[in-house]
Amino acid sequence: MNANTKFMYLMAVVMGILVVASIIGAILHTRVKGEGGRAVVLNLNARIRAWWGMIAIFAVAFWVGPIATLVLFAIVSFFALREFVTLTPTRPGDHRALAVAFFIMIPLQYYTIGIAYYSLFSLMIPVYGFLLLPSLSTLTQDTQHFLERSAKIQWAVMITIYCISSAPALLMLKIPDYEGQSALLLFYLLLIVQLSDVMQYVVGKLFGKTKLAPVISPSKTVEGLIGGGLIAVAVGTSLWWITPFSPLAAAGMSAAIVAAGALGGLVLSAVKRSLGAKDWGTMIEGHGGTLDRMDSVSFAAPVFFHLVRYFYT
Amino acid sequence: MAYLLMWVVRLLVGAVARYVNTQPYQGQCIYFANHTSHVDTLALWSALPSDLRRQTRPVAAADYWGKTALRRHIALDGLNAVLIDRTRATPDADPLAPLKSALAAGDSLIIFPEGTRTAQPLPSEFKSGLFRLAEAFPGVALIPVYLDNLHRSMPKGSFVPVPLICTVRFGAPLARIDGESKEDFLVRARQAVVDLAA
Repeated sequence: MNANTKFMYLMAVVMGILVVASIIGAILHTRVKGEGGRAVVLNLNARIRAWWGMIAIFAVAFWVGPIATLVLFAIVSFFALREFVTLTPTRPGDHRALAVAFFIMIPLQYYTIGIAYYSLFSLMIPVYGFLLLPSLSTLTQDTQHFLERSAKIQWAVMITIYCISSAPALLMLKIPDYEGQSALLLFYLLLIVQLSDVMQYVVGKLFGKTKLAPVISPSKTVEGLIGGGLIAVAVGTSLWWITPFSPLAAAGMSAAIVAAGALGGLVLSAVKRSLGAKDWGTMIEGHGGTLDRMDSVSFAAPVFFHLVRYFYT
Repeated sequence: MAYLLMWVVRLLVGAVARYVNTQPYQGQCIYFANHTSHVDTLALWSALPSDLRRQTRPVAAADYWGKTALRRHIALDGLNAVLIDRTRATPDADPLAPLKSALAAGDSLIIFPEGTRTAQPLPSEFKSGLFRLAEAFPGVALIPVYLDNLHRSMPKGSFVPVPLICTVRFGAPLARIDGESKEDFLVRARQAVVDLAA
């Protein structure tokens, strides 16, 4: 089977899931009457609508090609960084460092993926960015909270640029007997992460009793995490044929994606709360901001990318 | 041109409108806001609903916006701005005359009563122009506006705005009090903007 056929099948699977979800949403919309239940259903339907939009955007990007995908992820990084910086208390002295992060680091990081320059892709932000950003902030001689400010900017850049860019970085991997199909790996990653998120939410709402981390993420439950995670791993295993993995390896890979994604959700919730906010933004209806959707991806992407690169190239 | 500028501003600084205990005011009005950056005018203007935006003209300093052909083009053709002379080259001329004729023609205005940009999140003292306009046009509503976060996006002395989500908070029209002194009025108007910052 070639990449295009696999992609078509995959799209059919995703569309099928969304059609079923939309029908369930529509039925719930007419059935559920209670005050609290109503709010949950409205929120669920807003999420499903946003999913259709996101799937459409991704499908177009995949169809147009790798450059469109890179541009799309660069835009995602831009919005995510904008949300992060909005919530982070910075001082005028950080202006130069922030301008460099937005207007130089984002394009450069995605350019390194475009030319498949792996070493620069993996070193630029953790090494050169790490040293350059605080250096720029020292130019204004403002030492107040210097370490905290620098650390926050480093975190913002690592999460929103480096970690998120690891997802489309899958496109530059050259896997033997899998040439020209790495876009499917990107789709695989996003599908498992988001499916895991959604199923954790749904299973948690249906059967959730034990709160996982009530202070950080009040809606996450142990039952949701286990049930949703298992469903995502099952789907990930059953999709082994679109990947270069064996069925067993596919199970391991999707388990790693689910675990990293869940940790990403928790860590970024904790970060958000320490910055005094509930949502990262209001951009996507029902989902909060860009980072509320990308939090799990930002942790799962680098882990998945390096696992695939280590074992399959 | 104006639309292009508006979308660039929205991409960079968000310019999300928030109405604090109020609705968009439909009639003729003067929006007065704190002034911290070069993008303030554009941000406030972009945040207005499109029907109100068409009848609203920003007030801009002639010594800055009239200087080069490009700035003149953006200010006059793009934003339909009213240019105001801050230098008082002719001492007898009324610097508010172009504003008064715009108000008399039925347009709404955007003004920054501090007269210049301040680096602080909260505005400094207001100049008397707002009082004199309010006195001359008692039928025009005075709408306080607070621009949040723009001082962080583009601090004084910088030329590139850092992308941030900035909100533009509109308050309810300032109440008119008969016989209020100029000083009391300006303090009250400034307080209305400060209250929106909370």
